[in-house]
Amino acid sequence: MKAKERRLAELRAAIPEVTPREALALQAQGAALIDVRETDEIAQGSPPGGHRLGRGFLELKIEDAVPDFERPLVMMCNSGARSLFAAEDLRRLGYTRLFSMAGGYTRWKNEGLPVEVPPRFDPLARERYSRHLMMPEVGEAGQLRLIAGKVLLVGAGGLGSPAAMYLAAAGVGTLGIVDHDLVDRSNLQRQILHTDARVGTSKVASAKQTLEALNPAVKVTPFEVRLSSANAEDVLRGFDVVVDGSDNFPTRYLVNDVCVKLGVPNVHGSVYRFEGQATVFWPRYPKRRGPCYRCLYPEPPPADLAPSCADAGVLGVLPGVIGLLQAVETVKILLGIGELLVGRLICYDALRARFTELELPRDPRCRYCGNGAAFPGYVDYEQFCARAAA
Amino acid sequence: MTTVTVRIPTPLRPYTQGVDEVRAEGATVAEAIHALGAAYAGLLARVLTPEGEPRQFVNIYLGSRNVRTLQGMTTRVTEGDVISIVPAVAGGAT
Repeated sequence: MKAKERRLAELRAAIPEVTPREALALQAQGAALIDVRETDEIAQGSPPGGHRLGRGFLELKIEDAVPDFERPLVMMCNSGARSLFAAEDLRRLGYTRLFSMAGGYTRWKNEGLPVEVPPRFDPLARERYSRHLMMPEVGEAGQLRLIAGKVLLVGAGGLGSPAAMYLAAAGVGTLGIVDHDLVDRSNLQRQILHTDARVGTSKVASAKQTLEALNPAVKVTPFEVRLSSANAEDVLRGFDVVVDGSDNFPTRYLVNDVCVKLGVPNVHGSVYRFEGQATVFWPRYPKRRGPCYRCLYPEPPPADLAPSCADAGVLGVLPGVIGLLQAVETVKILLGIGELLVGRLICYDALRARFTELELPRDPRCRYCGNGAAFPGYVDYEQFCARAAA
Repeated sequence: MTTVTVRIPTPLRPYTQGVDEVRAEGATVAEAIHALGAAYAGLLARVLTPEGEPRQFVNIYLGSRNVRTLQGMTTRVTEGDVISIVPAVAGGAT
C-alpha cells in the first residue's frame, strides 16, 4: 500500500464522509460547503452557495469565510481525497464539525445536483482587481457587482472628476456622465479628468477619453445635455446610483426629485472655498428611511447667499476630498456593505482640518418623500430657484 | 449666563468680518442666535424668518442634532455647546 493510500485510510477513519446528497442537505441546514479545488477546476462548475477557497490559501482564508468554529464544514474536491486532507487541516485550525464529501464534485455532478459556472475574470482583470479580490468584503462576487454597476455622475467637474476616476479604477462597469460644458482652463486647477490640451473641447468627451484610458473595460456613456425636467428622468433611468456634483440649485433640486421618484440613491457632495459636505439622500434605503434634499432644504437660498464657485472660489484640492467621499459611498452602495451616510451629513473644514458629523432627520411631512406623499411632479426649477432668490 | 460657540458658515462670514467661530451668550438656541445677530448687523435676517424660525434653506444644529428634532429654537443650551448654522451650498462642478 502506498503511503498516500495508508494516510487516506487513516483520514477516512477520522473524518466522517457524506454523500453529495447528504452534503446538499447539510448545506441547506446551515453547513458551509468548502470547495478546495484549483481555480481552473472551479471555473468548470461548482455547487451554488459554496465557498470556493481552493487548497493553497485555505487556512489563511477560512476564518474570513466562516468565522464560527462550531459551524459544520463540508469539504469537497474533485474525487473526495483532497477534501480529506483539507478537513484535517481545518480540524487542526480549530474547526470542530468537519465532513468530507465522498466522490467529490465528479459524483455531485453525475448525481444531477445543482451546479453553477462561476463567472470568470480574465487574467488581466484578475491582476487589475487583485487588491479587491483578496478582501472578503469585496472578493469575486463584490467585484462582479461593481462591474455590473451603473453609476451616473451629474457634472464632470470638481466633484465628478475624482469620483469618476476612482469609480473607473475600481471597475464600475458603466459610468454615465452628464455635462453640457466645455473644458475651460480655469477648470484644470481641480478637475483632474481634463487636460491642458483639451481646453475648449467637450467635457464629457474629455472625461470619456481619460476614463477609458485608465480602464478600457469601463463603458462611459456621455450625456452632453443640460439636465431639465424634460430630459432628466430619461437620463437617470436605469442607473443604480446617482452622484450629484452639480454646481447650481436648479439642478440639485431636479436631481433630487428624479432620484426620489425613481427610488435611486443620490450621493450628494458640495464644496465652497475651504468647506465641503457629503451625504447620501435615499428615502428608499432598505435599512432605514433616509431624508431627501428637500427634507433638509425645502427651498434654495437667495443668490447673494449662494454664490457659485465661479464667483466665490474653491480650494482646488477640496473637491478631491469630497468627491472621493462620494465615490466611497457609491462603491459601498454597489457592494451592499458598511454603514452609509444616509441621514448623516459629513462636513469638512479644510482650514481647521476638522470633520463634523451632523444628523439629517427626514421630514415626515416632506412633499416629495414624506409619509404617504404622492410624487407631486416636476416644476420649473429655474423659476423655483429664482423665486426663492427674490 | 451660558456661553456657547456658534460656527459661522463661509457664506455668512462677510457679516462676521471673516470670523468662522463666534462666542455667544443665551439660555436657548434662539437667545444665542439673537445675541449673535445683535453683535453682527445683517446676519440675523439671513438665518431666521421674521417669526424667528430657521429659514427654509438653513438648518441650525446643537452639537450633532438638528434643533428641529429637539425643542426647536427654544432648545436650552449648556455651557460650551456648539451651535452650527448650516445653509444649503450648491457648489460642485464647473
